[in-house]
Parts: sequence; C-alpha cells; structure tokens
Amino acid sequence: MNLLEVKNISVKYGAIEAIRDISFTIKKGEILTLIGSNGAGKSTTLRAISGLVKPAGGQILYKGESITGLAAHLIVKKRICQAPEGRGIFLNLSVEENLDLGAWAAPKEAKYADDLARVFDLFPRLKERRAQNAGTLSGGEQQMLAIGRALMGHPELLLLDEPSLGLAPQIIERIFDIIRMINKSGTTVLLVEQNALQALQVADHGIVLETGKVSLSGLASDLLNSDEVRKAYLGG
Amino acid sequence: MGIGVEFVQHLINGFSLGAIYALIALGYTMVFGILQLINFAHGEVFMLGAFAGMYFSRFFNLGAHPSFWALIATLFFSMATCGVVGFIIEKFAYRPLRKSPRINVLITAVGVSLFLQFSGQLLFGSDPKFFPQIIEAGHGFSFGEIRVNTMQVVVMVISLVLMAILQTIIFKTRLGRAMRAVSFNHDNASLMGIPTDKVISYTFMLGSSLAGAAGVLFGLIYPKIEPLMGSLPGLKAFVAAVLGGVGNVAGAVVGAITLGLAEEFLVGYVTPTFKDALAFAILILILLFKPTGLFGIRRTEKV
Ligand SMILES: Nc1ncnc2c1ncn2[C@@H]1O[C@H](COP(=O)(O)OP(=O)(O)OP(=O)(O)O)[C@@H](O)[C@H]1O
Ligand SMILES: [Mg+2]
Repeated sequence: MNLLEVKNISVKYGAIEAIRDISFTIKKGEILTLIGSNGAGKSTTLRAISGLVKPAGGQILYKGESITGLAAHLIVKKRICQAPEGRGIFLNLSVEENLDLGAWAAPKEAKYADDLARVFDLFPRLKERRAQNAGTLSGGEQQMLAIGRALMGHPELLLLDEPSLGLAPQIIERIFDIIRMINKSGTTVLLVEQNALQALQVADHGIVLETGKVSLSGLASDLLNSDEVRKAYLGG
Repeated sequence: MGIGVEFVQHLINGFSLGAIYALIALGYTMVFGILQLINFAHGEVFMLGAFAGMYFSRFFNLGAHPSFWALIATLFFSMATCGVVGFIIEKFAYRPLRKSPRINVLITAVGVSLFLQFSGQLLFGSDPKFFPQIIEAGHGFSFGEIRVNTMQVVVMVISLVLMAILQTIIFKTRLGRAMRAVSFNHDNASLMGIPTDKVISYTFMLGSSLAGAAGVLFGLIYPKIEPLMGSLPGLKAFVAAVLGGVGNVAGAVVGAITLGLAEEFLVGYVTPTFKDALAFAILILILLFKPTGLFGIRRTEKV
C-alpha cells in the first residue's frame, strides 16, 4: 500500500524553481532514501511534504487523501513528523522541553511518560542531559534529540533530513542503526542523505535528485550497483 | 528630611514608576521576541487601557466606593479589553504582512499607532479626562520619616503579581513553551504541530493586557489621561526593552526599573528639566555601545 504519493510537485522560491515535476511513492513500512548533491532539492521536497512550503504545482497524497497546501501544524497531526535540516533544536529550551514539544501533536492515546522512556532507551545520553539547556548539547546529541523529538509525535511517516551531517563515523553508525530500529518497529521512513552509501544500505528504495528533478529511482540495492550512482555519489 | 531618607524616598518613587514601564516593556519585548517586530502601537494600547479603566469605573461609579475590589475589577476589564485590542491589531494589521519585508511591517506599526491616537481623540475627545480614584488613598505607610503612599504600594504589588503570573505562563505552561519555541523558530515550531499563528495571537493578547493593566495603574498615580498619553511612556518602555535586550523578558523588567530609578534620581538630585530626554540619551548610548542591550543574547545555531 502506498503511504505517500508525491505527484508532479514543483516548488518555487520567488523566481527560482527549486524542484520541478517530482514524483515518487513511499510504501508503508519501507525506508525510502532521497539522495543528491547540494542544492538538488532534497530539503525542499521534505519541506513541501511537511507543509512548510506550498507547491506551485502537483499533489501530495497521504493515505490516498490530499495534504497539498495543508498548514504544517495540521500535517504533523496526521503523524508525518520531520527532523529537519540543521536539526531544528530549540536551543533556548531544555532537552526535556524539546521532547515535550515533540509530543505536542501526539495522538490522544499516547502516554507521554512511556514515550519519553522509549526515547531515553534509544538515546541514554539524552536522559542524563534532560534538564540541560539544549544549546549545550554536542552536534551528535542534538541530532539524537531531533530524532527523539520527532518520535515523540508518534510518526507513521518519519522524515529525516541529513541526520548524519557533521557527525563522527561511530556516531553515524549508531544513527543508522537507530533508523533501522525505528523502521523495524513499524515506522515508515523517508531519509534524505548526502551519505549515499550508508543511506542506500539501509533503504529499500532510493531516488536520486539532480538539480530539482528525479534522475534515477529504483531498488536501493540496484542503485548501489549502478554505474551512474557509483560515479556521482559513491566516489567511483 | 535626612539624606538617607530622601534617597529611600526616591528609590520607592523610582521603583513604582519603573514597575509601570516594566508592564509596558514586557509587551514590546514579547512581541519582538516572537515576530522581530517593534509594535509601535503598543503605547496606544496602554492609553486604551487607561480609558477602558476610566469608563468602566465611571460606569459603575467606583470612584464613589473606592476599594481594593473596585481596582481588581477595573484591572480585569481593562486587561480584557486590551487583550482583545491586541488580538485585533495582530490579526488585521500584522498577520497579512507576515511574509512582507520588515520595513513594510514597521510602517504599518506606525500607522496603527497614529490611527489609534486619532481614533482616541475622536472617540474620547482630546481634552484630558480625570481617572476616578478607585482605591482609597488612605494615609499610606510610614517607616520613621519615610513615607510610602498607598498608590505606590498598590502599583508595585500589582506589577509584581502580574510579572510573576507572566513568568509562570512563559516558563511553566504548555503555552509558554510554545511561545518560546515559536520565538526561536517559526518553521520548526510548526513542525512540532504548534499552531504558530494562534501562539502569536496569544502573545499579543498577553502583552496587550499587561499594557492595559499599566494604563490603569498609571491612571491611579497620574489621574489626568488623554488620547496622546501613550506615546511618551510607550517610547520609554521601548527604551527599557532595548536596554534589557529586546526579546529578553527579565531584561525588560530590569531595564524598566533602571529607567524608572534613573529618571527619579535625575529629577530629585539634578534637574527635572531633562526627565523625558533621559530615556533617549540612554537609547543613543546603548545603540552606540551595546546594541544587544544589557542582557541581549546572540543566538547561534550549531550545525
Ligand atoms: N528559502 C530559499 N530561498 C531561495 N532559494 C532557496 C531557498 N531554499 C532553497 N533554495 C534553493 O533551492 C534549491 C534547492 O535547495 P534545497 O535546500 O532543497 O537543496 P538540498 O538538496 O537540500 O541541498 P543540501 O544537500 O545542500 O541541503 C537550491 O538551489 C537553493 O539555493
Ligand atoms: Mg538540504
């Protein structure tokens, strides 16, 4: 079953067309990765899905229902949560206040204490630092907080924008492990990455964006072996 | 009067004046924090608060039965009225410009301010009105030679209570958390599911209702009110907010008290001539030497 269908969407920032005519689908339960170089339009695509920018054209269907142009805070209610580019942590709030805000749109039956415990299980470091100002966290810890906070909203579809950016290799490993775990527990994941190798390794399907358009798409394993992807994104 | 006594007397006067500036400054700083907008119409909301309080207390003839409860009721009415005014100003003047260049919004703010001043003159007349004495002036309190009049105590206590309530809202409630999140980043706040427009409305309403309270308290101490009365205290509160670092709630209070004290000491010990100019001198000094204000924080985002 298609959880999300993106149909021919375009987004403009003023006169600049950031993405044009992008289409893809995400099946329930899978990990789809969106790769591409700087400025290809990956974040813009996620921002369009989350309702932070309104597409100039095209349609976004979630569970068969159009969410195109819906306000961002209402899209979160439909359980599409995003850990945005740059992590989007509220540096003026404590770690726990950040997590608490992540639960803002959580479904009524969600139990805050249980959800918090689950996030602290995944990221013990956050538990130690729960009362601390989020601005004092390291980059890796902030990334964990961004993912944990998105989980507090009980996502059915989790959008992650470059979760590995700027992190040390061991921490990147850990982040990818956790993405796998989150997916195993039933959450569909749309993962934007520049780290194409690792992204394609965890993903079921992949899409390559190039200057605002889809240039390739298919099974992640096929993309890993394709010459074009190897040359452009895997360094040979 | 001994030197020490005189000093303490000035201190008390300065604090009560500063407390009123603080209530106004809080609205400036909260709105700036959340929209990066200097709401020049805020002084006029303060003026409307004074008039709302005056008409309310006249309607119920509270001046004839001054009491603590008369004051509380007047405060409530005035705060509620100004809350609604703040809501309307935001919704119809500022919200349509949410994505416009800063300068457009600034010009609109000045426009709203003038609009309210002139509407006030039309509605209330431009001659000063008398704010009824809705609380018993009494004999006040004396500590040795130091005299504190009832009004000053009332002003300080009520300001403190309101500030404590605001502090609790900002730091202990869900709405406050949302306000802090929105003021940090609108997009990321909406990614949490926070309805940012609603939070902005609430912020305006809170800030405006504090200005409304300030209007009533001001009317108690300086009972002549008129439609242009908002501009000077408004500008001074703005300076106080800048002094404390615009966007910084605690800073606004400290800035306002500092300004209140400075004015009082200037008048008491040097000359009353430049009382109203002092705020502008301070503003110029801050803008020259410490544009972020005394407690201004520069936000850096880690990448
Ligand atoms: N707010 C904006 N205003 C104007 N142009 C923008 C804006 N945001 C993005 N763009 C442009 O849109 C294009 C796509 O940007 P986007 O951020 O989606 O790329 P990306 O694939 O996420 O890149 P990166 O890997 O560097 O994050 C770029 O050319 C960028 O300059
Ligand atoms: Mg990006």
